[in-house]
Amino acid sequence: MNPIPTTHSPRLGRSRRLAVSSILFIAALLGVCVRASAQSAAKPPLRWGGDAEGGAPFVEADPADPSKVRGFDVEIAEMIARGLGREPRFIQVAWASIEQSVERGDFEVGMSGLEDRPELRARHSVSIPYYEFHEVVAVRPGDRNRYRRLSDLAGKRVATLGATMAYQMLLDEQGRSGLVPISYDDDVHPYSDLAAGRVDAVLLDNIIAERSLRRMGGGFVIQPEPAATGHYVAVFAKANAALRDSANQILRARMRDGSLERTFRRWGVWSPAQGEYFQRVLAAAAQSPEREAQTAAVPGAGERSLRTYLPALLRAAVITLILSCLAMALAVSVGIAVAAGRVYGPPVVRAALTVYVEVMRGTPVLLQLFVIYYGLSGVVRLPAFAAAVLGLGLNYAAYESEIYRAALQAIPRSQLEAGRTLGLSEWQILRLVRGPQALRLALAPMTNDFVALLKDSSLVSVITVVELTKQTAIYATNVGSWVVPGMLCSALYLAFSLPLSRFARRLEQKWSAA
Amino acid sequence: MSGLHVSDLRVVRGAREILRDIDLDLGPGEICALMGASGAGKSTVLRSVAALQAFDGGTIDVGGFTLHPGPVPRQSRLRELRSRVGMVFQAHSLFEHLTALENVTLAPVHALRWPREKAREVAMKLLEELGVAHRAAAYPRELSGGEAQRVAIARALAPDPVLLLMDEPTSALDPARRGALGDTLGELARGGGRGMLISTHDVEFARAACDRVVILSQGVLVEEGPAREVLANPKHPATRELLQHRDSPAA
Repeated sequence: MNPIPTTHSPRLGRSRRLAVSSILFIAALLGVCVRASAQSAAKPPLRWGGDAEGGAPFVEADPADPSKVRGFDVEIAEMIARGLGREPRFIQVAWASIEQSVERGDFEVGMSGLEDRPELRARHSVSIPYYEFHEVVAVRPGDRNRYRRLSDLAGKRVATLGATMAYQMLLDEQGRSGLVPISYDDDVHPYSDLAAGRVDAVLLDNIIAERSLRRMGGGFVIQPEPAATGHYVAVFAKANAALRDSANQILRARMRDGSLERTFRRWGVWSPAQGEYFQRVLAAAAQSPEREAQTAAVPGAGERSLRTYLPALLRAAVITLILSCLAMALAVSVGIAVAAGRVYGPPVVRAALTVYVEVMRGTPVLLQLFVIYYGLSGVVRLPAFAAAVLGLGLNYAAYESEIYRAALQAIPRSQLEAGRTLGLSEWQILRLVRGPQALRLALAPMTNDFVALLKDSSLVSVITVVELTKQTAIYATNVGSWVVPGMLCSALYLAFSLPLSRFARRLEQKWSAA
Repeated sequence: MSGLHVSDLRVVRGAREILRDIDLDLGPGEICALMGASGAGKSTVLRSVAALQAFDGGTIDVGGFTLHPGPVPRQSRLRELRSRVGMVFQAHSLFEHLTALENVTLAPVHALRWPREKAREVAMKLLEELGVAHRAAAYPRELSGGEAQRVAIARALAPDPVLLLMDEPTSALDPARRGALGDTLGELARGGGRGMLISTHDVEFARAACDRVVILSQGVLVEEGPAREVLANPKHPATRELLQHRDSPAA
């Protein structure tokens, strides 16, 4: 039996903020309803949060009944609920938001292949680890002997999921060997990009690596030597240590009686080493109960993370700025060409350009980015940054062209005729008479578009470009709060957009005075 | 051969005949007023001669360059005509982003490829003759209606055309300025040996400034002759009607 779905199942969807926040909102509403209805019942259901986008073997929608979920995390949540004499109730939440949602009280337990890390323990109540996994390096078969471990990958591009232990390892390795970490929002594309040659290696959990290998049926190999060892845990609100302690007892009991082993076997992720690990956990618990519950506060964690992340944030801001400027330059050039074609061109050209403009304006830029980066990768394999510039530039070109077209058509016909009677060629009339005046009319809307582009550039994180918003999200996930990262990020965006608007206003004033 | 020769000019729009069998000749240095009620076809004559619109019959000849019925030729084939015919539009149509001086030098520099210095000299001289040299650095929006009119005339004259077409040049001017404009145009026509074809409602202006008048009525040329004669002694009812309305000039 192979429980691994053949469907495309990205583990994370952090870029889709709107979707995430609406899910959070709905989850919160649901939470309120559940709480209200539970007041009369003796034992309220155990609300637990996970991300079904993560897919098997963690949490996935049940193919037989998509309204239900299945996976080993689902079964473990059920064990905990039953052990408490309660019914499990699943709440869908974006993976990166699980920790914050559990702290907000949207649900009581968060589980979805959550990695045990010191920051997690510092901020939340965390269960004993219930599964030991390895970070493994995947490379193309031809590189099998060349890239055995991370230290062999100096200067090479190595992909992983953002905001994970693996990503932190890559960042550390970057400082040592100059390896280039590439962060993805899902765990499918790192491997397809590895096979396609866009990256040279992937570092991820062995479960994910093995699943991808089965799904793709080759294209890469997994190096036997683990790069690191990690553990999956369940997370509870900081104040909810009591529930955590009960859950720990249940988990230990299920380790002892073999039901955890059966679950992991069912999902094809059991190994003898796992059994040895369980024994170690049980032995440690016998010696000092709740030792794992230590939650020593990390002194000065906030300051240190600010110092660590500020340079990265500034670098990301520069990337945002360069990306936006290049995309805008492309948008302006293509936009002018499209507008000129729609004003001066023959009917066939006009029709074709109208189709271009309507398609670009009528479909999400996110989709266009996916198509350019992943969809076209069979034809032309663009680097992520080039694809980002191209995607944003071509999308905004459609909007720019409409601005220029309107501006061109706003120039009085009699001026064009005056140019004609003076013997200027049509090109000269466009260049010397119509264009310069149209450009002045277009300036204000263009500036607005550039500010919008600056913000929309955050969308390119879906094709692995780490820009300001993405870097902020990574920062926020690591420090467990959006307050400081959010303010820093806003300040940086405003530092770009405010002077820009001012500059445009001054130019406009100068020209309208002229 | 110089001057303008229009013969059997015919313009049709859909089922409507806008101009029918128009014959018109204009010698060098001659100023001719093109008069008629609104919709009589004055602008269509000017626009046909300026090759801004197609016509359906007859020929238009300017100093040996002949336009034939059919679509307006490409701009590159009209170079000769463009250098011979200047036009001043009713709404002066100055280029708003350029100063008065730049408006005048644009075509000489870019269409005729004159050196900038020469274009500048010619332009300043024209602005001086038209009495607006002191406004050379001003932008169109800063000019009064009369000043803008004169800059537009300077712009049209800069390439030194043999024929100047003007569409309602007095419509934006008060009576005193109309007289002054007439005087200026007279000097420019006689001094440069230039023909001028001026569409106008303004009987006083036509009488004072023009050598000849041509009266159009519903697309047909109904009367023509020396300005003083025709306007003093109109023969056609359309002409008489024009003269009756002269104190309340219609738009």
